[in-house]
Amino acid sequence: MPLGLLKYAWKSPESMPRFFPDETPLKKHYDAVIIGGGGHGMACAYYLAKEHGLTNVAVLEKGYIGGGNTGRNTTIVRSNYLTSEGVAFYDESLKLFEDLSDEFDLNIFYSTRGHYTLAHSDSALHTMRWRAEVNKFHGIDSEVVDAAHVKKHVPYMDTNCGGHLPVMGALYHAPGSVARHDAVAWGYARGAQSYGVEIHQKTAVTDIRTVGDRVTGVQTDRGFIETPRVISMVAGSTPTVAAMVGLKTPIEIFPLQACVTEPVKPFMDTIVVSGSLHVYVSQSSRGELVMGASVDPAQLHSTRSTLDFVEGLTDQMVDLFPFTSRLKIMRQWAGMSDLTPDFAPIMGKTPIKGFYLDGGWGTWGFKATPVSGKTMAHTVATDETHHLIQPFSLDRFERFNLVGEKGAASVGH
Amino acid sequence: MKFVECAPIGRRALSEFVYAGPVRKEPRNETVSDADLSEFLYYHWNQPAVQTELWQHRPTGIWFYFERDTATDRIERVYPATKGAAQ
Repeated sequence: MPLGLLKYAWKSPESMPRFFPDETPLKKHYDAVIIGGGGHGMACAYYLAKEHGLTNVAVLEKGYIGGGNTGRNTTIVRSNYLTSEGVAFYDESLKLFEDLSDEFDLNIFYSTRGHYTLAHSDSALHTMRWRAEVNKFHGIDSEVVDAAHVKKHVPYMDTNCGGHLPVMGALYHAPGSVARHDAVAWGYARGAQSYGVEIHQKTAVTDIRTVGDRVTGVQTDRGFIETPRVISMVAGSTPTVAAMVGLKTPIEIFPLQACVTEPVKPFMDTIVVSGSLHVYVSQSSRGELVMGASVDPAQLHSTRSTLDFVEGLTDQMVDLFPFTSRLKIMRQWAGMSDLTPDFAPIMGKTPIKGFYLDGGWGTWGFKATPVSGKTMAHTVATDETHHLIQPFSLDRFERFNLVGEKGAASVGH
Repeated sequence: MKFVECAPIGRRALSEFVYAGPVRKEPRNETVSDADLSEFLYYHWNQPAVQTELWQHRPTGIWFYFERDTATDRIERVYPATKGAAQ
């Protein structure tokens, strides 16, 4: 590839092939319409075309590809969940992630780091043991380690936390990784397009038309499209899209904020999460510390950032890594996370025939990108719910059959 | 930092308050059906709107109703959460 680039040194930059082809006008009819051009939407389109031969598909995106929560998360991939349903699902995702660079012929910078979830109390350590046992039962590399192990592998950490909340141990998950989040969406998008899927950016869906209990089409700001299948993959806008077909959901929107510091030399090759301190941190390949915390305290449909967040986060971060007090914050941002009461997603069929929901991704959506695309594509193409997502149906709340994944959420909410 | 004007306790920092969720009409415990209970607990529109919420002022322990716009985060009205006061 680098040699291949040379020939463009003597040509105009316009002659380089575009990553995505030019936009085409909307067609009148598609076999399926995916709302939301993030990682999940693109992955679903890709697997619909590749594995199920459904290529007359349009992905409609209000903004630009990967501009929503796909580009706003802290890029962590792991599968050390608490429930059997969660572990099976996220582990499949992690396996898919490992092969994506080859599959796309695009480097997604997938980097296996090792993931430490720190325990600062007896009860936290208890939950870690529980998680480790569930994980091991399902064949996942996950174990409880003591403070000395943490100290050895994360040498810059003050495991005494300034005497405030000493680290008692940690759940160590060796396959825990980070990846370039935009590249995941771009790779899936380019792959889907190569099979003939159309991606329409800057195209907002304003209504979904139904006849009886069946979807017949979507109204967009560029005209009406007939389609028998609509898949909503819009994270923070899920309540708005669900309302278009008259569905109420248990999804509440809370902003989730994150920030990065100025770049420094590599000093930490692991991912560190502390539930008690409400922080998680990893060092990016550019040297920046990527940091996040819990969701904001109250519901809000907005991506505004606050100083309160940075103050609260850095206060805790300095306890854990005292030298970070000398670093400057470079950027901060927020995404609208769609939380569910049981911290598990809502996926699959709905009471409206032809309307499929993929939402409730709260703070755990990025790591599920490949598997959610794959299982939703299966569900849409065969109209049979994929076995991995059966526990995540919308009607589980009617049956009071919740999944109970809160103990494995990265930081306390 | 954001401040809230609260009639009985004056101007207070928002960080002194704890959010306890939107106020919803509670069904009668003895007679509620499963369907109505799940509707009350889980199924809501949750769209951007002005909603009435319960917040507690931690230092004094006093509960308040906030009428807050969940699209803009503007707090439009604050009044003490006495029984039957929610509007």
